[in-house]
Amino acid sequence: MDEKNFEPKIVAFCCHYCAYASADLAGSMRLQYPPNVRIIRTPCTGRLEVEYYMKAFENGADGVLVAGCLEGGCHFIEGNLFAKKRVKSIQKILEECGLEKERLQMINNSAAMAKNLVDAINLMISMVKQLGPSPVNKKIGIGY
Amino acid sequence: MIVAQRKSIPEIHNIIKEHENVIVLGCGTCVTVCLAGGEREVSIISSALRIAAKKAGTKVKINELTIERQCDNVFIEGAVEEIKKNDAILSLGCGAGVQAIAERYPNIPVYAGLDTAFLGILESRGVWTEKCAQCGECLLSDFGGICPITRCAKHMLNGPCGGSREDRCEIKVNQPCAWQLIYKRLKDIGELDKIKKIHPLKDWSKSLNGGSRTIIREDHRI
Repeated sequence: MDEKNFEPKIVAFCCHYCAYASADLAGSMRLQYPPNVRIIRTPCTGRLEVEYYMKAFENGADGVLVAGCLEGGCHFIEGNLFAKKRVKSIQKILEECGLEKERLQMINNSAAMAKNLVDAINLMISMVKQLGPSPVNKKIGIGY
Repeated sequence: MIVAQRKSIPEIHNIIKEHENVIVLGCGTCVTVCLAGGEREVSIISSALRIAAKKAGTKVKINELTIERQCDNVFIEGAVEEIKKNDAILSLGCGAGVQAIAERYPNIPVYAGLDTAFLGILESRGVWTEKCAQCGECLLSDFGGICPITRCAKHMLNGPCGGSREDRCEIKVNQPCAWQLIYKRLKDIGELDKIKKIHPLKDWSKSLNGGSRTIIREDHRI
């Protein structure tokens, strides 16, 4: 894959109670977002262990977006706050590995905020495009 | 419990980069509890090393395994076949675990992936503090169960030093003065007279002196 036509592969972990529902709403509202993003439904962002993020990057994700409930609005009270801390610590590990920390982002989104989710996905894709392909893909020559 | 923390990924990668097959070996005991070298940390560190290796263009292949206890040969034996397939071992055990593995495999390089820090307890979630310096001759009964060697910044046996402010240590302001704690504890348990006892110089020959210490229990030997 040459870097000019680079189409990033983004894994989006979406909480069942908010972001996943808002992605559904985006569909009902006919809001379009690029097909670069692969949405994975999770019962709560607090359920996402560090290993999940690391495996995503190890297997070639150019970026990972975590979309949890608004702070204070978690179905499990504080799962999204755990996720927030975890994301920060993983960003540090990514930097140690030689990846840019911006490749992992977390947003807070309610089930009604379809537009917000689409904007976040678009922003994430344009940012990862600027960063270029993940070095994991570059070295072993696997394209998108 | 032994408390340790992970070395940085670049440091570990630098140690193992010359090898082709490296097994990251976790330990299911103390380092699992202090979230440094258990099965989950093996998975995280392995993923991080694979990413770092791809980024740096090194050909090292990372394998994963966690055994129940690295400092016990009984548990090491069970992993022999898996370990033999590799040309280096990155142990996520404490210093004792790393050395036990190295003794068992004289022909395979064994590297430490953790910095073993101290003997301590879980203070609150994600916070561990040192409680014992393993000095070889326990004096806790004289000090109401609070160790001045570990917890006093000056290791004073006849304290306090006079530098503490309120109940805080003058060297580490966030740390309570161990002698303040000892005074309060002895007072609470009605043994305040013990604080008047003058302790002679401690016999440090029972501590880090003359190589590694050995304990032999003849009644348990075969």
